[in-house]
Amino acid sequence: MIRPGAKTLLEVHGLRARVGGVEILKGMELKVAAGEIHAVMGPNGSGKSTFAKALAGHPAYEITGGTAFFDGKNIFEMAPEQRAATGLFLGFQYPVEIPGVSNSAFLRLAYNTVQSQRGRDELDPLEFDDYVREKMKLLDMDASFLDRSVNEGFSGGEKKRNEILQMALLEPRLAILDETDSGLDIDALRVVANGINRLSTADNALVLVTHYQRMLNYIVPDYVHVMEGGRIIRTGGKALAEELEARGYEWVRAA
Amino acid sequence: MSTVSAPRAAHPYVAALLAGFEPPKGDLAWLRERRARALERANALTVPTTRDEEWRFTDITPLTRINFQCATGASRLALGDIAPFAAAEAETRLVFVDGVFAPQLSAAAGLPEGITVTNLAAALAAYGAAIEPHLARHLALDNDVFAAINTSHLQDGAFVRIAKNRKCPAPVQLMFVSTRPQTVSYPRCLVVAEAGAECKLIEQYVGLPDIVYFSNSTTEVVVGQGARVQHVRLQQEAPGAFHIASCAVALDRDARYTLQAVTLGARVSRQDVRVLQRGEGVEAQLDGLTLIDGRQLADTHTVMDHAVPNGKCRQLNKCIVGGAAHAVFSGKVIVRQGAQSTDSAQQSRNLLLSARAHVDTKPQLEIFADDVKCAHGATVGRLDPEQEFYLRSRGLSAGAARNLLTYAFGAEVIDRIPVPSLVEELEKTVMARTQKAETE
Repeated sequence: MIRPGAKTLLEVHGLRARVGGVEILKGMELKVAAGEIHAVMGPNGSGKSTFAKALAGHPAYEITGGTAFFDGKNIFEMAPEQRAATGLFLGFQYPVEIPGVSNSAFLRLAYNTVQSQRGRDELDPLEFDDYVREKMKLLDMDASFLDRSVNEGFSGGEKKRNEILQMALLEPRLAILDETDSGLDIDALRVVANGINRLSTADNALVLVTHYQRMLNYIVPDYVHVMEGGRIIRTGGKALAEELEARGYEWVRAA
Repeated sequence: MSTVSAPRAAHPYVAALLAGFEPPKGDLAWLRERRARALERANALTVPTTRDEEWRFTDITPLTRINFQCATGASRLALGDIAPFAAAEAETRLVFVDGVFAPQLSAAAGLPEGITVTNLAAALAAYGAAIEPHLARHLALDNDVFAAINTSHLQDGAFVRIAKNRKCPAPVQLMFVSTRPQTVSYPRCLVVAEAGAECKLIEQYVGLPDIVYFSNSTTEVVVGQGARVQHVRLQQEAPGAFHIASCAVALDRDARYTLQAVTLGARVSRQDVRVLQRGEGVEAQLDGLTLIDGRQLADTHTVMDHAVPNGKCRQLNKCIVGGAAHAVFSGKVIVRQGAQSTDSAQQSRNLLLSARAHVDTKPQLEIFADDVKCAHGATVGRLDPEQEFYLRSRGLSAGAARNLLTYAFGAEVIDRIPVPSLVEELEKTVMARTQKAETE
């Protein structure tokens, strides 16, 4: 929801980044205010995922120019964990499997670490168990998720639910969800999208990075940005996504 | 020296270790004879060098630079000194200090009938008939100079016997403590689980932190028909210590044997574990976890010998290596002619925490039967940066992320230890070690 005078959460200006010596981002611009939902769309290789990972602080992505401020703070001076504590969240396109670490222990450690960073109370294992089960209902998740190793052997859909569960626990002010819709069947997509909608408030914001328009049928964006060659070449409203779906990315390039 | 006239040792270091030992008077004839035979073998063998295939990666020159004396004198330890190492679940404990039995530190009273936990010297009179068929019979003395030297010094050790169909109610802990600098001790264990018997065994090596000593140990475990032994071996020697151990396990028909061997201590350590499946239908599990840093060298050699058909073995060896430490794992699997339907699988997985850490891992399969399943795999890697980033993106510090990942790597072996208090202790140790690696 666009509200005049809403607080700016993220302000990216002239961002350039490279990975393995190849420049991928070539002057990204993006401004996100509280309460807003942005969709960043674009063909494969346009730099969408690089943008998401660079903001989260992935060490393989080297920032070579530009600025990114989150809540007025330069995020490129912050370690990934500091960005998380400040309220930035990346939902991974490919959530990482961690054999040997139970999902419940991981979720509690992440939750308590971020809570203590924010000066709030931590939960003991029993309290946390109640809390996480409540959040899992939001995503129609089975309790057996807690006993399994983090993402190990999870189906594509289970992994994405687990990402949104982490978002629900960490309560970020800005969530960047990278291709959360990929690997989800239509029922799972509805459940996950409903979960995300219920986490959306006037105080936080969402950036949905996606190739396809289909998730935007459930989560209605205020802005749609089209990326190409490492920067945004066009910005519009929800109608832009529909037009893209109908006419393809070639159409934007030609326009 | 003894009355036996053995030839002069081939190697001056072996000669030095053999010198000055006085066998006890009035020994049983068979014991005297076994000791003499071991002495003969020790004299014929030399200290291995990296030119020997079985010692290719393990240079024990630092050991041979030190002239260790045989430990003498009574223990100066009090119960409080060993308390930190006592496993809460173990109701029975034998403690040896510098190789000498310390009854005042041990607890072996109140055992049910059919369960014997005592020192060998005391057991010989009452249980000679049960001991004689096994003592020094299972070790490969012919080509193992350290086991031969240990056996040529044989006068005491730990003895555990579980009579037919008896179940030992709680884990038995055998603790070997070294307290005197520049000394060598010869720990020895003999464990006999008769047909249908069951027991859990904790074999543990510790030492005072600031001293250099040499612990040369031998262990023999016999698991009778249908018997079950769960064996945990903890090598927690002092950082400057030398530890060389030979463990021989004989498994009869339908026996079940599990081993978790955890290596944490010693400057230089070597353990040889030889498991012989001599009865059909055996199931064995051999797990190892080595966690070393600094300039430690830890070598684990295992031999799984499938001598008869229908044997099964699962083996998982893991090394977590930090600093400039060096881990070695050599796992040999022998499937003898006629040992059909053998099912043996071995995995060696290794984690390097620093650029100077090093691991050598070597699977060896010697298969002389045609209808067998034998699998092996080895990996050597570092912590996965993608996993680390994932955890950091969820708020964990770089250190906490690395800790959790290292812990998870080691936990796979630790969690298999059938003694909860040890699992808890070892998990803490893994965490602390990783934190240390982090600050290096």
